[in-house]
Amino acid sequence: MSHARSRYLLTLVGALAMMMVLAGCKHKPAPAPPAPPPPPAPAPTVTLNANPDTIQAGQSATLTWTSSNAQQVQLNGSTVDNNGSETVSPAQTTTYEIVATGSNNQTANASATVTVTPAPAPPAPTPQPTVESLADRFKQNVGDIYFAFNKSNISPTAQETLQQDATWLNAHPSVNILIAGHCDDRGSAEYNMGLGDRRANSARSYLIQLGVAANRIQTISYGKERPFCTENTESCWQSNRRDHITMAGNGNQ
Amino acid sequence: MNMNPFTPRGWRMHPLLRSVLAAGTVLACVAGLAAAPPQVTIAITGAKKLRLAQPVFRLLSPPTSSHQALQTTFDSVLWNDLYQSGLVIMVSRSFYPQQQPSTPQDLPAAQLTVWSQQPTTAQRLVFGNIQVANHLLRIEGYLYNITDPQQPFMIGKRYTDQATPAAAREIAHEFADAIIQALGGGPGIAQSKIAFISNRSGHKEIWLMDYDGHGQHQITRLQSISYSPRLSPDGSKIAFMSFASGRPEIRIYSLLTHRYLYFPHFGGTNATPAWSPDGSHLAFSSSMHGGYMEIYTIRANGTHLRQLTFSHSVNMAPVWNPKTGAQLAFESDRTGLPQIYTMDSDGTNQRDITPTGYAVSPSWSPNGQALAFSWRRNGQGEENAGGYDIYIFNLADGSYTQLTHNGLRNDFPSWAPDGRHLVFASGSGRHWQLFTVLADGSDPTQLTFAGSNTMPNWSWH
Repeated sequence: MSHARSRYLLTLVGALAMMMVLAGCKHKPAPAPPAPPPPPAPAPTVTLNANPDTIQAGQSATLTWTSSNAQQVQLNGSTVDNNGSETVSPAQTTTYEIVATGSNNQTANASATVTVTPAPAPPAPTPQPTVESLADRFKQNVGDIYFAFNKSNISPTAQETLQQDATWLNAHPSVNILIAGHCDDRGSAEYNMGLGDRRANSARSYLIQLGVAANRIQTISYGKERPFCTENTESCWQSNRRDHITMAGNGNQ
Repeated sequence: MNMNPFTPRGWRMHPLLRSVLAAGTVLACVAGLAAAPPQVTIAITGAKKLRLAQPVFRLLSPPTSSHQALQTTFDSVLWNDLYQSGLVIMVSRSFYPQQQPSTPQDLPAAQLTVWSQQPTTAQRLVFGNIQVANHLLRIEGYLYNITDPQQPFMIGKRYTDQATPAAAREIAHEFADAIIQALGGGPGIAQSKIAFISNRSGHKEIWLMDYDGHGQHQITRLQSISYSPRLSPDGSKIAFMSFASGRPEIRIYSLLTHRYLYFPHFGGTNATPAWSPDGSHLAFSSSMHGGYMEIYTIRANGTHLRQLTFSHSVNMAPVWNPKTGAQLAFESDRTGLPQIYTMDSDGTNQRDITPTGYAVSPSWSPNGQALAFSWRRNGQGEENAGGYDIYIFNLADGSYTQLTHNGLRNDFPSWAPDGRHLVFASGSGRHWQLFTVLADGSDPTQLTFAGSNTMPNWSWH
């Protein structure tokens, strides 16, 4: 029994299978066309960014790159991931080159520059709490004053400065000062010796009025002989029309 | 230029020093001087200039190169001195007759007319000869008035000195001054000196040179800042301002001993000294009392200090009337911008003579009749209005003449002793050079080229 039935079943299965195959080929396929040339491989692209693009020496920047259609990406000659980032800390201004190579050896490249500025000077050593600190405090608290052309009178702005100067000087009665009168480059050199003298003495008189002892204040005129700048501009001339006030004699306390 | 009077060239020395030492000079005149007119006012106008011919002085010694060099130096210096005098027109040598005199014997009356006729048409003739023997240079020189054939002789002089180019130059200057004197031009300036400030050593030092720019040499070596050199009337001293002590003070340098003379140390700013015409006093500006720059006088020995101004402003740059010694001019900013004032030598009668603008650096003419100064006329209230120019202000009638028009800063005029020339500084910023000019503004001549040079002061003689 089993053989006959088995044969029947096989035949049935085979017929069903044939039907199924024929059903799957309902439309007769067209004749195959000739094979087309393979499409060109897409060109690679690459971008590279540095953030920040300016650093001080010793600081670092992050390079970030992206690419597409690349088989290989090289950053400054070293193979890297197709997309990625890297932290760099160049000692001097450096330009980074990235090259993406696609199939057919097509390449794309990009670059980014990290500009390196000198590191700031190391912080000054902590001032010693002696003469230097007094000099520093003098500089912070006693300012120069400025004048109009050919004038030696104390302007309202200069009055404010001298009032601040006097406040500090009155609080530091052992500090003596030298007021040096200066002139810009335009007047006659001999006359400017006198004008610088007037400027120094104007400030001296004003400080005396504000309570600074006369014997603490020396004056000198340099006329136009010791300019703070030498350009022929109003800002430079203004800078040179001044009383420069410095500590003089015994500044210890 | 050696100012040392104790030079081996003893018998000729600088005239500035003669009055100091009262040393006899050996200037043998081969003939008497023509009577020179006592005092002639010179008008500087081209029409009145005499036409003067100066053929080359004949070399009577063998024409070696060193002899010819002496001849050339003498000839060129004399020609330039006469040209620079502003009194004469030097007739070009291309118009001279072929036969040229070297002694009076070469110049009979008939020959004179050849020089006075065309094309030479000279009115005066300078001629002479040069001999060199035994290291000595002997020069004979003559001045003839060829428009007066009957009495053409004006002066004749013989000079002897060492056979050096420097001596040839000095003889030329001395003879030029004699010619100018004989032509009625008063004392010449060919032997005069100019003191000035130069930075060419790296510091602002006092320098000295001949009036024509020759022989520039450094006097002070203070390596500081020096200003305002003023030669004493006898030429033996220079007063000036110096920062050498750290403060602006007056110093006096002796050109005889090459040492600094005593002068008191005052406080404050001390600047712009000036010698009285007799050399006995100095005027100067100081803030020693009360913080204002006022004019003081003091004896040259440092005694008898006297304050002349009390204006509570800047009063500087005093200069005496060299003719009378009875007045001073100075600059003052008592009304704002600096102006030129005059006053009597006791401080009275103070008077503003430049009511507008910015006027500084007065110099009083030798005849006392005019002031030169630097003036920015339209500068009132403006910071940068126009140039500073040299002006001459006629004290009698208030008229003035503008000498410079170059758009630069022109400052520090100083009259020459002949009253026909001035020296001044011209420049901008920190670059200045010195120029001489005739008092009508003609014939400007640059004297300095190296470094920056300023504040010239012409000697009194």
